[in-house]
Amino acid sequence: MGRRVLLTGLGTFWGGKVAQALEKRDDVDVIVGMDVSEPLVELERTEYVRADETYSILTRIVEATQVDTIVHTFLVVDSTQMRFRRLHEINVIGTMNLLAAAGASNTPVRRVVVKSSGLVYGCSGRDPLWFNEETPRSDPPATTVEDSLMAAEGYLRDFAKDNPHVGVTLLRFSNVLGTDIETPFTEALTRGFAPSIFGFDPQLQFVDETDVVSAVEFATTRDCPGIFNVAGDGLLPWSEVAKLCGATLLPLPPVFTELAARPLRRLGLAPFPPEVLRLLRFGRGIDNRRYKDLGFTYRYTSLGAVERFAKQRRLSKAVGPLGRQYTYDRDVESFFHHSPAVVRSPHT
Amino acid sequence: MEAGIVEESTAASRLGAGTIVPLKRPEPQPGAPSAERLTDIDEWGRSESIRSLARKGFQFFYDKYFRVEWEGLDKIPTEGGALLVANHAGAVPMDAPVIMHGIEQELSRPVYGLADHFFRQLPVVGTLWSRAGGVPAHPENAYRLLREQKQLALVFPEGTKGPSKLFTQRYRLRRFGRGGFVEIAMRAGVPVVPIAVIGTEETMPILIRLNSLAKVTGLPYFPITVNWLLMGPVLGTALSLPAKIKLRVLDPVHFPVPPDQERYSKSRVMDEAENIRISIQEALYDMLAHRGNPWLG
Repeated sequence: MGRRVLLTGLGTFWGGKVAQALEKRDDVDVIVGMDVSEPLVELERTEYVRADETYSILTRIVEATQVDTIVHTFLVVDSTQMRFRRLHEINVIGTMNLLAAAGASNTPVRRVVVKSSGLVYGCSGRDPLWFNEETPRSDPPATTVEDSLMAAEGYLRDFAKDNPHVGVTLLRFSNVLGTDIETPFTEALTRGFAPSIFGFDPQLQFVDETDVVSAVEFATTRDCPGIFNVAGDGLLPWSEVAKLCGATLLPLPPVFTELAARPLRRLGLAPFPPEVLRLLRFGRGIDNRRYKDLGFTYRYTSLGAVERFAKQRRLSKAVGPLGRQYTYDRDVESFFHHSPAVVRSPHT
Repeated sequence: MEAGIVEESTAASRLGAGTIVPLKRPEPQPGAPSAERLTDIDEWGRSESIRSLARKGFQFFYDKYFRVEWEGLDKIPTEGGALLVANHAGAVPMDAPVIMHGIEQELSRPVYGLADHFFRQLPVVGTLWSRAGGVPAHPENAYRLLREQKQLALVFPEGTKGPSKLFTQRYRLRRFGRGGFVEIAMRAGVPVVPIAVIGTEETMPILIRLNSLAKVTGLPYFPITVNWLLMGPVLGTALSLPAKIKLRVLDPVHFPVPPDQERYSKSRVMDEAENIRISIQEALYDMLAHRGNPWLG
C-alpha cells in the first residue's frame, strides 16, 4: 500500500512543486494539500482543501483521510514576503497546531517531514565556516524569521520526543536559486544590481530549486528520521556569483548597514532583509554530507545552481519573461478531479 | 495521422492503461556541464593567485629586509595534516607572514593561518586576510583543515597576549591559551610541529599600552611602539624594523591517542600543551644565547 500524504502550503511555490513531484510516484496513493490560497501549479490528482493557516480543521482531515505522512512545507523563510505578525502566525502558531493535531491519540500519522532553513544557524563573525546539523549558533537570533523558525523547530523536537513512533525528518535548506522561485537572491541577481557590503566578500552556498523538491520527496518516500542539511557542494564568493549572473555589485557601507539598506529596500534596489544582509558580511556554509550518506544525490552544486540560474536569466532577457500559464479555477479543477465524464486511469 | 493514433494506442496497451511511465531522470551531474569558476578562491576564501602575488611582494622583505633564516625546515611534513605552533611577537606580528611565506616557497604547499575572528570582522582587511590564507580560529575549521583536507595550519596559542606584551617582557612566552590546539591536533590525529621565532620582538617593540584607547577603538590592544616614535602613526604601523628573523623548527610532537574522540583527558591536554610551550621557550633562550646583534644576527 502506498503512502497517504498530507501537504501544507499547497498554494505556495514549494507546496505545489512537491505535490507535482509526489504525483509522479507510484508509491504515493493519496495527496491532500492544504492552504488558504489556491494552488499555483497544475495538479493531476492532488486534492486541495482550503484551510486557514492555523490548521484548525486538521484533526478532522487527518481522521477522514487517514494520512500516514505529513509534509510541512509551509514555513516562511523569506521575511520580505509578509509582515512579521503574519509570519509568526504561520511559522510558530501554525507549526504548533499542526503538530498538536498530528500527535493526537490514535492518529494514523507515522511520518512528519518539515522544510526549514539554514537561517537557524545564524550568521556571525564567530561562526565556523561549515555548520553541521549539531553545530550550535554563535549568537542568539536577532531577527523575527530566525526566531520563529527556531521556535518551530523547538516544537518539532518536542513532538519527536513525545511521539517516538513517528519518524520526524527536519530538512534545513541553504539559499535557494532557481528559475521559478523568487527569493531576495534571485531578485537581486535578476535586477542586475546586487547589494554587497563594502570590504566584505563572503563565501555563500546555494541549492537549486529542483534539488529542494527532490530532497523533500526523498524524505517523504523513505524512512529517514533526523535533521539534515540540504545544500549544494562548495562555496562561492558573492562577487563571483554576481559576475556569473552579470550583476553589478552595489556596495553598502560596512557600518550602519541596516540604516543604509532600509531606504534602498523601500526603493526596491536592495531586497535584502537583515538576516540576508548578515550573510553578505560573513556568509555561511552548511555541511550536506549527512543527507548524501543516506543516498540522496544532488543534481547541482552551488556553482551549478548559479550557472543554471544565470543561463535562464540570459534566456528570459532575450525572449522576455517566461510567465506562468496556469491559473487555478476551482470549478474546472473539481470537474477534472470528480466528473464522471473525465476518463481516469484506475490508479487515481 | 491515423498511423500515429494506432501506434500510440498499442504503446498504451503494451504498458497497461494508466501505468505511470517513470520518466528517466537525467543523471546527477556534479558541477553541471558548463559550470566553470571565474576565480581560484577555495572554500576558505584563499586564492592561490592572490597568495602568489602577495609572496612576490613579500619576497624582498623576506630575503633582504628580515634576512630570514630557517633551521630544521625538513621537519615540517611534506604531506598530510600538521598543526604548526609558534610564538607570537611584535605589535604587528611578522611571524605569521614569514612562516607562511617560507613554507609555501620551500615546500610549495599552502599554509592556512588561523587567527582571531576579529580580523574577519574588519572590512577590506578581513577579505584580503582571507584571500591570503587566513582562517578564523574555530575548532571546527581547524579540524576540517587538518583531518579532512590534510593541510598545514599555523596557530599562535598565545593569541593576542603574545604581540601585546611590552618590550621588557620580550621572549617570555605567555600562557598557551587553554590547550585547545593540542586537543584539536589529537582529534584530527595530526602532529604538532613547534616553531621558535626570534627577531620578531625587535621588529615592533611596544613601550606602553593604552588600554582606554583600545576600549574606544575596539582593538584587542593599543600599543605605543618604537616604530611610532621613529616614523609616526601611519608608517610606524605599516613598517617593521629590520631585525634579523631566525626560525627553528622543533621535533614534531605526535600524540599516541586515537583521533575523533569526543573528549580527551584535560590533564593530558594541559600537560602536552605545557611541554610544547616549554620546548619553544627553551629553544628561544638557546637561539638568543647564540645571537649576537639583533639587527645583524
